[in-house]
Amino acid sequence: MNLSELQNKLLAAARRNPPDSQVPYAFEKRIMARLTAMPKPSEWLAWSRALWFGAAACVAVALLTSVWPAQTTEEEDGRFSEGVEQSILASVDDFDGVQ
Amino acid sequence: MAFGFDGAGLVQESARMELSDADLIAAVLRGDTASFEPLVAKYSPRVFATARRYARRDSEVEDIVQEVWGKAFQKLSSFRGEAPFEHWLMRLAVRTCYDFLREHQRNRESSFTDLTEPENEWLGQFVRAPEEAREDADAARQLVERLLAMLSPAARLVITLLEIEDRPVKEISVLTGWSVPLVKVRAFRARAELRKCLRRIAKEKYL
Repeated sequence: MNLSELQNKLLAAARRNPPDSQVPYAFEKRIMARLTAMPKPSEWLAWSRALWFGAAACVAVALLTSVWPAQTTEEEDGRFSEGVEQSILASVDDFDGVQ
Repeated sequence: MAFGFDGAGLVQESARMELSDADLIAAVLRGDTASFEPLVAKYSPRVFATARRYARRDSEVEDIVQEVWGKAFQKLSSFRGEAPFEHWLMRLAVRTCYDFLREHQRNRESSFTDLTEPENEWLGQFVRAPEEAREDADAARQLVERLLAMLSPAARLVITLLEIEDRPVKEISVLTGWSVPLVKVRAFRARAELRKCLRRIAKEKYL
């Protein structure tokens, strides 16, 4: 049996017989009855979903930024506080210089 | 007062049939649900034809089409109007049919052992004299439906769109939401799956 030829014949048969496009009687009425009974999509619901998603992202970022500094060593902590102190006092030194 | 609209902005019934798709959609989005009915009437034949390609039995066809229209109504606000409404609707219909195939894929037929007599005769005729096996025979149509029912959902969708409906790859990509390379990969695999199913026929029936 030549399978390629069989495949071509069967696909040609499918092309020759397109499906029926007939619509059942009163289908539009049934659909409209169903659609009017459906709850309308709420804009507020869409907004609230988006806001919840944003809130979840913010919580994730907050957790990440709180965990990351806790991973630093004591030495790095010391250098960090030294750096903050220098930044703050630099402005005081400048002020003294001006006076 | 604009043509066809009453004081509440709702379209009068008599005027609905005269309005374009864009006008009807705008009316539905303003809250006039009844303006959706002319769209359902106009495009249901096409949606039914699409659903009949993928449904296993008549009772499923109307379920699929109802789901398509339900989704179209719910998602109407996402229709941008850049392409005709029909194109947007057909994309929705194809994807709904694909979802339907995936939900029911466990019930796929798996053999050709229960062929009807006309189908057996057609195959026998093909083996004896391939040129005499007619493509317009009912048995040929039934055989190809059995064959398509054996394919995986993605394979069936691609073979139907590419080989039977003769659509270009780019159009299939738009209809399915798959990238062009993915369509090509799925087409390659679908053809291999089709050949495998045909080899099984040859083995079951003629070896």
